[in-house]
Amino acid sequence: MSTFDALGLRNRRAIPLASVPVEPVSRFRDTVAQAVRDGWRLVALFGSPDTGDQTLVLAVLAQDERGQLGAVSMLVEERYPALTPDCPEAHRFEREIAEQCGVVPEGHPWLKPLRRHPPDHGRAGVVPAPIDRECYPFFQFKGEEVHEVAVGPVHAGIIEPGHFRFQAHGEEVLFLEIMLGYQHRGVERLLETRSWPDAVLVAESIAGDTVIGHASAACGAIEALARSRKTPRAQTVRGIALELERLANHIGDLGAIAGDIAYQPAASYFGRLRGECLNLLMTLSGNRYGRGLIRPGGTLFDIPPAMAVEMRSRLESLAAELEPVGHLMLKNASVQARLEGVGVVPRQICLDLGLVGVASRACEVPRDVRHDHPYGLFRFAHIPVATAWAGDVLARTLVRWLEVQRSLEFVIDQVGALPRGAVQVECGALRPNEFVVSLEEGWRGEIAHAVISDGTGGVRRHKVVDPSFHNWSALAAAMPGNQISDFPLCNKSFNLSYAGHDL
Amino acid sequence: MLDFLRTRWAQGTRTSPFPEGETGFPERFRGRPLLDATRCDDRCRECRDRTPSAALVVGAGGRASLDLGACLFSPEEASRCRLGAVSYSTDHRLAGRERQDLVTQTGELPAVQALESRTRKLFGRSLRLRSVAAGSCNGCEAELVALGNVVFDMARFGVQFVASPRHADGLVLTGAVSRNMREAVYRVYEAIPEPRLVIAVGACAINGGPFRDSPEVDNGVPADLPVDLWIPGCPPHPLAVLDGLLRLLGQLEEKRGS
Repeated sequence: MSTFDALGLRNRRAIPLASVPVEPVSRFRDTVAQAVRDGWRLVALFGSPDTGDQTLVLAVLAQDERGQLGAVSMLVEERYPALTPDCPEAHRFEREIAEQCGVVPEGHPWLKPLRRHPPDHGRAGVVPAPIDRECYPFFQFKGEEVHEVAVGPVHAGIIEPGHFRFQAHGEEVLFLEIMLGYQHRGVERLLETRSWPDAVLVAESIAGDTVIGHASAACGAIEALARSRKTPRAQTVRGIALELERLANHIGDLGAIAGDIAYQPAASYFGRLRGECLNLLMTLSGNRYGRGLIRPGGTLFDIPPAMAVEMRSRLESLAAELEPVGHLMLKNASVQARLEGVGVVPRQICLDLGLVGVASRACEVPRDVRHDHPYGLFRFAHIPVATAWAGDVLARTLVRWLEVQRSLEFVIDQVGALPRGAVQVECGALRPNEFVVSLEEGWRGEIAHAVISDGTGGVRRHKVVDPSFHNWSALAAAMPGNQISDFPLCNKSFNLSYAGHDL
Repeated sequence: MLDFLRTRWAQGTRTSPFPEGETGFPERFRGRPLLDATRCDDRCRECRDRTPSAALVVGAGGRASLDLGACLFSPEEASRCRLGAVSYSTDHRLAGRERQDLVTQTGELPAVQALESRTRKLFGRSLRLRSVAAGSCNGCEAELVALGNVVFDMARFGVQFVASPRHADGLVLTGAVSRNMREAVYRVYEAIPEPRLVIAVGACAINGGPFRDSPEVDNGVPADLPVDLWIPGCPPHPLAVLDGLLRLLGQLEEKRGS
C-alpha cells in the first residue's frame, strides 16, 4: 500500500521532500491510476533533475471532497511506462516531462512536442531530446470529401499565437488538434534562477490577465516554505484583489461572447464595465492588472479607510449597472438559442480530462479551490460554488454570470470589513529541502505552483500549472460535431491562456 | 424592446474625453518615472546591475539615467533607490521615436515627432495596424483590445486593428519574441505592403521585459526591423498607446508639451 495520502500535505503546507514516498518505477503508475479511480485528481505531474543520472518524477494528487492533497514520486533513468493509457489526465503532463527532462514515457499514445523547446530540466550530462521540436505530425482524416483547415499562429484579431488544425467534412468539424508553444518564454527556469522576491515579477507575467492569481499562488508557496504568516488584513486585501481580477475577466468574457454572436449592446456595455474593475485594481495597486500588489509576506499596498469607502461606492454602482445588462443579454431568447447546445463537453469527458474552473463547473463538476482547499481569506469567508449542468457555451456563460454576482457581493462585504493591522510582514528564508503545493482559484480555475527548495535556501524546482494546461484539451474535445464557424464562440467560452500554457 | 431602450439610456455615453480634459489617474498610478538628479550620487551605483530590470543605467560620464524601455514599472524600481532619487509620476505619456529617446537623465522625454510629410499624408487620418503577440503574457494585448472599447474608442481617430497584414499599414509587436514566433514575426512584417510602420509596445518588445536573457526569447523586436515608435510600459496604459500613436500621426501636434 502506498502512503501517498498520509503525508499531511495540504494547500500551502510545506513538508520535507524526504517524506514524499519514492516508489519503484513498476509501481508508481498503479499507485497514481488507482488513486484516480478512487476519486483523486491529478493536480500536477512533473520531473526534476536528481542526483546522478536520474530524474525525480513527482505526482501531486487532490481529494477535493476532503480538502486533502497527496504526493508520490519515482526515480527514472531514461524511460518509464506511461500513465496516460490508464489515466488520460496525465496526457499533457507526460508530453511535458518528455520535453523538459528528456525522459521517455513508454507507451504514450500521443507523444508529440508540447511547447517545442530543447530540454531545460534534463539530468546531468547531455540529454537527448526524445521528440523533435521541428516535427509535429498532425492527426489527419482521409477521404475524398474531407478537408483540412489550418489557422494560426497569427490570428485575425488581437489574440495570442497558437495553431489550430481542423479536419472537416464540409462545415462539420471531425477533429481539432491544437499546437501551442509559440508563447514559450522559459518561465519555470526563470522562476528557479532568479532570486526571491525579484522572481515575483516573472510570476506576475505568467499570464498577464491573471497577475493576482499567479503572484498569489507563487507567494503562497514561498511563504509556506519560509513559515511566514500573513496578517488577516493582508489576506483580505489579497482576496479582494483576486475577486476583482475574476470580475474584470468574467465581465470581459461575457462581453466577448456577446460580441462573437453579434449582440452588440451587451458587448459594448460589458466591455466598458470590465474596465471599471481594472480601474479599481489600479486605484488599489497603481496598475490596471494589479501588478506590484502581491509580494511575499503580504501586499505592498493597503486599503486606507477613505479608499475602502470609495471602492465600496464604486462597486455598488457597478452592481447596479451590471444587473440590467446581464438580464438584457441572458433573458434574450435569441441569445439563449445561439449559445445552447454549442461546444458541449460531456460530464464524463470533464472527469477523464481533469478539467478545472469554469469549464468543469459548467459540467456540474463543482471544483473550486476556494471551497475545496480553502486558504487565506477563504477559510473565513465563503463564496458559494456556481454550477450549471449542460457543459455547453450557454452553461459556461451562465456560470460566469453567477460568479460575477457572487464575487461582487463578496467584495462589497469585504471592503467594508477589513481587519486591523499591517499588510506586510518579513517573509524570511526558505527551509531547505522541502516541498509545497500552493493552489489558488484563479478566474479560469485552479492555479497550482509546486515548489521544491534546495539545500541552501533557494528554489530547486518551481512547477507552474495554469488552469489552461488542463482545459485546452476540453476545447479540442468540445469541437467535433460543431461547425467550423462556431469555433470562435467555443474558443471564447473557454477563453484559455496561451501564455499560461506555454510558460 | 423597452428593456433594450431603458438599458441604452441608462448606460449613456462613456467615451473618454481624451485628448481633451483631465485623464484622472489615481494617486498610486505608476506612469512616467522621474529621476531627481540632485539626490542621485554618482558614486552610488547600486542600481547598475540590478535584475530583472535594469531601468537605471550608467551613461557617459558616470551619470545615472533612466531607461524607460527597460522599466517594468514595479514599485520596487523606485523604492529600492537608497537615495530616493526615483519616483513615478501619474503622466501616461511615455512614447519615443528612437530607442535612445527612452533613456533620460531626468525622466523628461523629447516630444514625439510626427511622421515625415509623405507617410503622414498617407496614414495621418487613416491607419490600419496588424497586431502580433510573440512571447508575451497577454497583458499588452489586453490593453490593445481595450483600445477598441467604447471608452478609448481608438477608431474615432481613424486608427484600427485589421485581420490581415495585407490590409495593414503597420505592425504592432508585443512580446519578447520567442524562438517559436521569430519566423512568424518576419513573415507578417514582409506581408505588409510598403511603406509600413513598426510599433513596439511594452517592455518585452523593447527590451525583453521580465523575460530578458531567457534562452527562449530574443529580448524583443529584431534589430533588423526599423521601429518607428516605442511605447514603454508593463503593460502600457491604453492612453499611453493612444497618445504615442496620435503624436506619430501628427494629430496631437498642437498640444505638444501641454
